[in-house]
Amino acid sequence: MDSLHTLLIWPENPLLSLLVVIFAAIPILYGARQAMHSLLQALFRGISNPLRLLSHWLFKTADTLQERNKIVLLSRGREEVSHGIAKEFERVTNLVQRDLHGYPALQRKLTDEITRIEEEFQKCGEVPPPPPEWTKAVAAIAKIKPSSDGLVERILDDISTSIDEIYEKVVAEYRESYKKRHDILKGFMPFWRSVDQTLKRVDKNLTGMQESAAKIDEQVEKYKQIHAKSDQVEHSLASSSTILFVISLLAITIAAGGAFVNFWLIERPMAAMVGGSEYIVGDIQASYLAAMVIIFFETLMGLFLMESLGYTHLFPLNGINNRMRRWLVWISFGILLILAGVEVALAVMRDMIISADIALKQELAGGSAVKAAVASTWALDIPKAAQMILGFTLPFALAFVAIPLEYLIHSGRTVFGVLLVLGIRGLGFATRFLSSMTRQIGKGMEHLYDAVIFLPLIIEHAVLNRGSRQTTSPGGSGKISSFSKHSAGEHVL
Amino acid sequence: MTRHLWFIPVLALGLLATSCADSRSHAQAVYLLVDTSGTYSQELDKAQRVVSYLLGTLKAGDSLAVARVKSRSFSEKDIVAKMTLGKDPMQANNQKREFADKVGTFKADLKKGSAYTDITGGIIQASEFLNETGAGQKTILIFSDMQEELDYKTVRDFPINLQGIRIIALNVTKLTTDNVDPRRYMGRLEWWEKRARNAGATDWKVVNDLEHLERIFKGRG
Repeated sequence: MDSLHTLLIWPENPLLSLLVVIFAAIPILYGARQAMHSLLQALFRGISNPLRLLSHWLFKTADTLQERNKIVLLSRGREEVSHGIAKEFERVTNLVQRDLHGYPALQRKLTDEITRIEEEFQKCGEVPPPPPEWTKAVAAIAKIKPSSDGLVERILDDISTSIDEIYEKVVAEYRESYKKRHDILKGFMPFWRSVDQTLKRVDKNLTGMQESAAKIDEQVEKYKQIHAKSDQVEHSLASSSTILFVISLLAITIAAGGAFVNFWLIERPMAAMVGGSEYIVGDIQASYLAAMVIIFFETLMGLFLMESLGYTHLFPLNGINNRMRRWLVWISFGILLILAGVEVALAVMRDMIISADIALKQELAGGSAVKAAVASTWALDIPKAAQMILGFTLPFALAFVAIPLEYLIHSGRTVFGVLLVLGIRGLGFATRFLSSMTRQIGKGMEHLYDAVIFLPLIIEHAVLNRGSRQTTSPGGSGKISSFSKHSAGEHVL
Repeated sequence: MTRHLWFIPVLALGLLATSCADSRSHAQAVYLLVDTSGTYSQELDKAQRVVSYLLGTLKAGDSLAVARVKSRSFSEKDIVAKMTLGKDPMQANNQKREFADKVGTFKADLKKGSAYTDITGGIIQASEFLNETGAGQKTILIFSDMQEELDYKTVRDFPINLQGIRIIALNVTKLTTDNVDPRRYMGRLEWWEKRARNAGATDWKVVNDLEHLERIFKGRG
C-alpha cells in the first residue's frame, strides 16, 4: 500500500493523481494500440488455435474409432450370423438324416396301404349276381288270369310258395353280402389311421423344414445387410450388443452374489486351516485369500468345463482333437467335483466350529442347561444340511458363469467402444467450445483496450471523416476514397 | 507356446503367499488387572463377567492375562491366568474353558482383600507382559476404584513407560470420600489419565457401564 502511495504525484490527493496518470497514459496507449492489438491477437490465438487443433484431432480420432468399432461390430455380427446359419443347416441336415432318411420306406408303406385300400374298396363295389332266367317264366305264369280251375290255383300256390322261399334266400344272400362289405370297410380303419398319422408326420417334418428354411432366409438377409455394411444393421447390432451386455452384467452380478455367499461359507473353516491370525497384505487375512483362491479355482474349472463342452469359445481350443477335449471335460469336471466335496467338508467343519462357539458362550454365561435341552432337536441338523447342499451346488452353479462372461466380454468391446467414441466427441466439443470462447475473449479484450482510449479514437475518427469529405468534395477529383477502416487498422466502436 | 505358460499363475500365487506376507502383527493382547484390596474384592463377580466377555471376543492368536492387584503387584506370581489362543478353533475353545476355570477358582479361593493397592506395580508388570507378546494392539484393563495405597517401603513415584499401550479403567467405583467431595473422584481420574498419557499410553478411557463392554474394543480393526 505504501509503495502504491509513493507512485502518486500528489499523495494527499490520490484521485487527482490518478486522473493525471490516466490522462498522461492515454496518448501512450493510443500510440501502442496497433502493437497491443497484435499482441492480444497473438496471445489468444496462441491458446485458441492449439485447442481447435486438438478438437479437430479428437473428432478425427472419434471418427476413426467409430469406423473401427463398426468393422469389429460387423465382423462379430458376420461371425454370429455365419454361426447361426451353420447351426440351422446342421439342424436341417439332422432333420433330413433323421426323418427323410426313412422316406423311401415310408413311401413304400404308404403305397402299399393305398393299394390295399383300393383293392378292398373294389371288393366293396362288387354287385350281387343278376336274378336267374326263370324269373321271366314266373313273370309269364303270373300273367295267367285267375280262374276257378283248381289245378291252376294249386300250381300258382306252389309257385308262390317257391317264390317266397327263393325271395327269403335271395334277401339272406343280399344281407350276407352287405355284411361282408361292411366288415371290409370296418377293416379299413387301422389303415386310414396309419395313413393319417404318416401324413401328419410328413407334414410336421415339412413344416419344421420350412421354419428352418425361413430362419436361414432371415439370417442370409442379415448377412447380406452386414456385407453391405448398412447403417441399419450396425444400429441393430449395437443395440443387441448393449442389451446383451446389460443382461450378462446382471447375470455376472447374481453370480458374484453366489460367490460372496460361498466365500462366507468357507472362510471360517479356512481360518481354522490356514490360521485366522495370519495376514497377507494390510488387513487381508490369509484365510480370506485361501477362500478366494478356492472360489477362483472353481470358477476357472467351470470356464474350462464350459469351454471344452463347446458352450463357450473364450480360449483358442480349435487345435485340440475330440479325444483331448473329452479328457479336458473329465479332468475339469473331476476337479470341480473334488472342490465341491471339499466345500461340503468345510461346511460341516463350519457348523462344528459355530456349534462349539455357541456352546462355549453358553457355558461362559452359565447356560449349560439350555444347551442340553436343545441338543437332541433334529431341527438343528437342517442348517448343517443346508450348508452342505449349498457347499456342493454353488461350485457347479459358478461354473455356468462362463456363458454370461463370454457374452459380457464380446458385447463389452462394442459398448465400451461406443462409450469411448462418445467421450472423445464430448471432449472434442469441449475443446472447440474453449477455443471459440478464448477467441471471443481476445476480441473482447481488444474492444476493452479501445474503450479505454476512446477519446483519441473519436478525434481520429473525426479527422479522418473530415479528410474523407475533402477528397469527395465537388471541387475534387470525384473519386471515392479507397481508405478502409479495416485496412487502416481502425476499430469501429 | 501357451502350453508352457501354466506355471505363471502358480508362481504368482506362490510369490504372493510368501513374499507379501504382512509382517505387522494384527493380534491383540489384553491384560486385566483386578483390584483385590479391601472392600473392592466384593466386585469380583463383575470382573468374572468381564473375563467371560473377553473370552467370547478374542480371536486366534490373541493373548489374555488376568492378574490381581494387591499390596505389591509387580510380580509374575500375581498373574492368575494367562494364555495365547491357538490357530485351531477347537483348541482355542478348550484354552478359553481352562482359562475361565482358573479365574473361577481364583474367585472362589479369595477370602480376604489385601491391605494396600499397588496399581502402578500391576501396570508395570502388565506392560512387560504385553510387550513380550509382540501383539499389534495392547490393552491394560484396570478393574479398580483407582485409589492407590502403598506401604511406606514401596516405591512407585518414578516415570513409567506405556508406549503403544492403551489403558482402560473399568468399574471405577466412588468411595465414601468421593461422595462427600466429588472433586476427589474427578481429580483421581485426571491424575491417572495424566500419568498414563505422560507414560506414552496411546489412549485412556473410563468405562463404568459394564452392560456395554463392547465399548472397550470399539473401533478395533
